[in-house]
Amino acid sequence: MTENPLPPARPSTSPARRGGESADLKVVGKPLPKVDAATKVTGRAVYADDMLPARTLHCKILRSPHPHARILSIDTSAARRIPGVIAVITGADLPIKFGILPVTQDERALEHEKVRYVGDPIAAVAATEEEIAAAACDAINVEYEVLEPVMSIDAALQPPKDERVQDYGGPNNVHKFVALEFGDVDDGFSRAEHVREDVFFFQGNTHLPMEQHSAIATFVDGKVTLWSSTQVVHYVHRALSKVLELPMNRIRVIGAAHGGGFGGKTDPFAHEIIVAKLAMLTGRPVKCTLSREEVFYAHRGRHPVLMWVRTGVTREGRITAMHFRSALDGGAYGSYGVASTFYTGALQTVTYDIPAYRFEGCRVFTNKPPCGPKRGHGTPQPRFALELHLEKIARDLGLDPVDLKRRNFVKPYSRTVNWLRVTSCGLEECTERVMNASGYQDRTRRAGHGMGFAISSYMSGAGTAIYWNDMPHSEVQIKVDRGGITVFCGAMDIGQGSDSVLASIVAEELGLQPPDIRLVTADTDTTPIDLGSYSSRVTFMAGNAALEAARKMRAKLVEAAAAKMSRDPADVEVTDGRIGDLSFEEASILAEARFGTLTSAGSYTPPKIAGPFKGSGVGPSPAYSYSACVVDLDADARTGLVRVNKVWIAHDVGRAINPLLVEGQVEGSVYMGLGEALMEEQAFRKGLHKWPSMLEYKSPTFLDTPEIETFIVETVDPEGPYGAKEAGQGPLLPVPPALCAAVFDALGVWIDEIPVTPEKVVEALRRKEKGEPARYGPPRFPSIPYPPVIKVEPPPKDLDAATAAI
Amino acid sequence: MRREIDREVERVVLTLDVNGEKSELLVPVHKTLLEVLREDMQLTGTKHGCELGECGTCTVLVDGKPELSCLLLPIQIHGRAITTVEGMASGSELHPLQQAFAELGAAQCGYCTPGILLASKSLLEDNPRPTRDEIREALAGNLCRCTGYTKILQAVELASGRMHD
Ligand code: FES
Ligand code: FES
Repeated sequence: MTENPLPPARPSTSPARRGGESADLKVVGKPLPKVDAATKVTGRAVYADDMLPARTLHCKILRSPHPHARILSIDTSAARRIPGVIAVITGADLPIKFGILPVTQDERALEHEKVRYVGDPIAAVAATEEEIAAAACDAINVEYEVLEPVMSIDAALQPPKDERVQDYGGPNNVHKFVALEFGDVDDGFSRAEHVREDVFFFQGNTHLPMEQHSAIATFVDGKVTLWSSTQVVHYVHRALSKVLELPMNRIRVIGAAHGGGFGGKTDPFAHEIIVAKLAMLTGRPVKCTLSREEVFYAHRGRHPVLMWVRTGVTREGRITAMHFRSALDGGAYGSYGVASTFYTGALQTVTYDIPAYRFEGCRVFTNKPPCGPKRGHGTPQPRFALELHLEKIARDLGLDPVDLKRRNFVKPYSRTVNWLRVTSCGLEECTERVMNASGYQDRTRRAGHGMGFAISSYMSGAGTAIYWNDMPHSEVQIKVDRGGITVFCGAMDIGQGSDSVLASIVAEELGLQPPDIRLVTADTDTTPIDLGSYSSRVTFMAGNAALEAARKMRAKLVEAAAAKMSRDPADVEVTDGRIGDLSFEEASILAEARFGTLTSAGSYTPPKIAGPFKGSGVGPSPAYSYSACVVDLDADARTGLVRVNKVWIAHDVGRAINPLLVEGQVEGSVYMGLGEALMEEQAFRKGLHKWPSMLEYKSPTFLDTPEIETFIVETVDPEGPYGAKEAGQGPLLPVPPALCAAVFDALGVWIDEIPVTPEKVVEALRRKEKGEPARYGPPRFPSIPYPPVIKVEPPPKDLDAATAAI
Repeated sequence: MRREIDREVERVVLTLDVNGEKSELLVPVHKTLLEVLREDMQLTGTKHGCELGECGTCTVLVDGKPELSCLLLPIQIHGRAITTVEGMASGSELHPLQQAFAELGAAQCGYCTPGILLASKSLLEDNPRPTRDEIREALAGNLCRCTGYTKILQAVELASGRMHD
């Protein structure tokens, strides 16, 4: 085993602003409005589809009507003859493959050989009017050889009738296998006094951002500029460079105001590449805005996952070993799927102390829109399975489920058996808060009423980048110029408030207020790198980079001010717009005179803490957030309808840089978790989406969303900026299992399948009445030819000693 | 199914009264109010999420009542008073609803915000002190994917309190 010493956690704050002492913080911790609040409420924020430069051409994309077919020929001649059509392109114009992960470069902006899902792009038109572009798409003649589609996990495990969906991966239509074992699982099971197995299914669902994806490109002076509603300008930049065969310095990607992502705008998309290519061909601005139906097919959302879990416990409910299996329905392309597969097995150990753990995962290709990352990426499904499984074990043992879970909570500052480094951990406090507020333990029993409890954890950014490199994950530059402060950072504000977080941190360090800070963000020409708004990484990583840059700038201002006042720099206070006795503006002029152009830079690279095994890059994070949740509901035994009365949620965010924004993230996560738990489904019939509209794809409205009471728990993480961790994803995770536990509490039936629709509840009750097992869920887990497990030694005990001392 | 492009698109001259300003426009007769506002008048504060009447994002007020601009043809509302989000503030002073949404973080990505602000404005004009359930009812046709609705409800209540104190 390689040496893997645990890097000591760095103190996150200077002696003057120590993490625990929030009293002297002037901006951090205050519920301030977002820096762009006025822009948003006046309708002045410019989203990609709001842009309409002179001579803009409109682009429409011809998409496959078949889930699986070979393309025999494409005839665009009739389309080209339509007046107003300026350019038509097909796959021959964009043959180079791309994809978000280096190992799965399997997509084309336009496919000319084979289509793999209904909606796969084939040709694109740029025309003077959108309707003309649409009519031209209709006039394109494509000849297909229709192939048998592969539509389920079971089918994908069998030999294909015609041919595989993709020509790489494992046997049949398997895309990816993972098989890992940490510690001695067989021994752990032999020591168990009770062993239980369960099977669960989590249906796929989609992000449904209110803004349809949109991109607009220009080509001027040999340079492509693309404005897009993307979460990751850097990855789009890389994909454009590859497919357009242009050096990155000839491409500029700018994140337009963003109308909601939730993971759905984290892949580079065909339409982004297409408008850039069409702009190059026509010399005019070209815009493409997806229709809502196209957004459903663009997808990259939650994977449907079938799960099997077997756990051994002592009589007291202490876990001795766990074996977890997952099978993911990946759809037609790789997307983030390799990472998603690992994620279905990675974070179980971050909440519960599991001394021996085996994980076998499998992702298959099917002829459906590709799945990818949605809020919680690959972890809400196993979280649902794990929490319900432990509920059932507790009942087998006659234990209170909350007690059983608590007995197994992971300890702060420890290493898990699969090498994940845990630092601050507020699980106990979060549990305490929701228990007290909800009255869960002394709930009154009434027919049809139930309460359920669950916990979760999520990463504050992935510890490794998507493509292998040693560069920082986030960089910030600050320029001070005659009193004006500009912060440059590649981070993309997708509504979560990352711009406000950057401004707050810089303002705090420079003794100013957030509105004093000008921001330039998410522009590959003018801002240094940030890997993007995914994986809950921005507050932690860009925040740390901003902190470093701001402190360097503060040191310059203080030095100049101290010289002027003939004082020791250590005695110069930076607060309330003043640097010692000087105004900020006076100090900045002195500093500029002393040092020349006033700039500073900071960057953040996550610590190298991954374990010594293949696949260890998925799961490590510099810090984990923790949540605990109680759902209170009424379930109608006659109709199967579930009505959620209230949700209590406590979230360990380390430190709330802005509690208003943290609450907003938590409330939004709970809402989205309820939507997934109760109604949202991305399901297909003969390759067609069953509900590709906002009316039919049910999502919670104002009337369906209950009161949500949020408790912010602050554990002040040693590595987070001011101790902050993530808030945008973790709080979604406990909601579906807490809801299912509450349904059991109310009606005595297990719904082991998400979403919990009325039909499933009624069916489970019917089975209960007939004396069958009182559950609705998958009857079995398929037999999957996982490869032999790779055995990994757990981390040495003394690794934990380094952190325990902190 | 094939769409045919009729090159002889019928165009009409319209007078639209938007935010108290009258403009004369020549537009294709089949263009929706949403398209005319955004494309012909550059009033891009009005957003869209479906263009099929399903999400409420494109809500504007017509004679003070919320309407889905993606389902309206301008010729249907010729001469009636249209209010968009651009017409909510007085000069650079925010409307109390806008102020409350900004203060409480009720706009995250902000994409649903214009429609929800206008629907709320109409509600508070009819019912200055709505209960939380009445607000839910009035806004039930407006989806928001970011906020979990909580801060929006609080913001409408805050504005209602301030406007009618
Ligand atoms: S755009 Fe969705 S209702 Fe009009
Ligand atoms: S704030 Fe993003 S959809 Fe409402």
